[in-house]
Amino acid sequence: MAATQEEIVAGLAEIVNEIAGIPVEDVQLDKSFTDDLDVDSLSMVEVVVAAEERFDVKIPDEDVKNLKTVGDATDYILKHQG
Amino acid sequence: MAKIKPSKGAPYARILGVGGYRPTRVVPNEVILEKIDSSDEWIRSRSGIETRHWASPEETVAAMSVEASGKAIADAGIEAAQIGAVVVSTVSHFSQTPAIATEIADRLGTDKAAAFDISAGCAGFGYGLTLAKGMVVEGSAEYVLVIGVERLSDLTDLEDRATAFLFGDGAGAVVVGPSTEPAIGPTVWGSEGDKAQTIKQTFSWDRFRSGAVSELPVDSEGNIKFPAITQEGQAVFRWAVFEMAKVAQQALDAAGITPDDLDVFIPHQANVRIIDSMVKTLKLPEHVTVARDIRTTGNTSAASIPLAMERLLATGEAKSGDTALVIGFGAGLVYAATVVTLP
Repeated sequence: MAATQEEIVAGLAEIVNEIAGIPVEDVQLDKSFTDDLDVDSLSMVEVVVAAEERFDVKIPDEDVKNLKTVGDATDYILKHQG
Repeated sequence: MAKIKPSKGAPYARILGVGGYRPTRVVPNEVILEKIDSSDEWIRSRSGIETRHWASPEETVAAMSVEASGKAIADAGIEAAQIGAVVVSTVSHFSQTPAIATEIADRLGTDKAAAFDISAGCAGFGYGLTLAKGMVVEGSAEYVLVIGVERLSDLTDLEDRATAFLFGDGAGAVVVGPSTEPAIGPTVWGSEGDKAQTIKQTFSWDRFRSGAVSELPVDSEGNIKFPAITQEGQAVFRWAVFEMAKVAQQALDAAGITPDDLDVFIPHQANVRIIDSMVKTLKLPEHVTVARDIRTTGNTSAASIPLAMERLLATGEAKSGDTALVIGFGAGLVYAATVVTLP
């Protein structure tokens, strides 16, 4: 069953917490991965791969650079999840 | 039909000795920062690199190879004249004809050893090792010298903030010879040419010839730039960590080795972040010693695995007889992984 927006944000929060050690509650839709959450370009790849597995979605390399905020990633997953 | 005698080789092959050469000039991040807008902290956090070695004009591909090979031959306890073949993996020897391997074989004092170069980027050591094992077991050479050598400082765009800090120079060599026990496992290797654009040379050498000099890239002082290695960082990182972890696992399975059996992990020293993520993805147990020579050596492509192997043995972090997983991966994209017994 497809995940809701709320579930996706919660899932991303867990992933970002695991990879970058950022508190779960800091991961909000308007937060920028690089500027607010200390997720650099390489950690972003780890976040993307973990999100792919968790939400059954493919996020190709060329789309990763467009995912600036948690909201961008959430919208992308909502639209593309299997 | 006339009968052809079969060739006769050793039952198995093993790495008998290893040697390395690091150029005398140590280059800290401060020197890199003279030409790019970055910081020591940024470089360390993205790559783990603190210093790298850059070769002087005298520290040529051949000179560094001869130094590293001399140590490997001594470590193996053989004479140069016993070497039947010399395989050199490099992408930074700038004369294609003849192969640099022949000069190295001659300077080492081999007895007309077969000698040739291969081009397999950062997987070059594993490719060479696989060829060497084949030669020893098949019988075309009793001892084979495998050299990975690079002067990547010559192929670095010092004004590119994504790669200026990454590369280093050096040579690593091993002697492969006969063994009564299996000591080099099956190689899991391959290529993914559909991803060729992710690590490549900025432009091809024949651009210098085709006449359109005005279209060639120039540096801040107006000099025409030499070709340099460039990469798509995120794409390479994803492939290196997640696809190469699968290949590493396949190499363990092919050798019948579990992570618990493993003593040492020597991945190509591309980036400490790749190494750390691979260790996590592979779920390697704590007791496995992981090579992180990248910190003071940078990425030396084909030379990185034998250089890291030599250092681990020299510092005592690894010891002779240890079981090590080695995996190289890079431009091509190409990869090669195998399990070896350390010399």
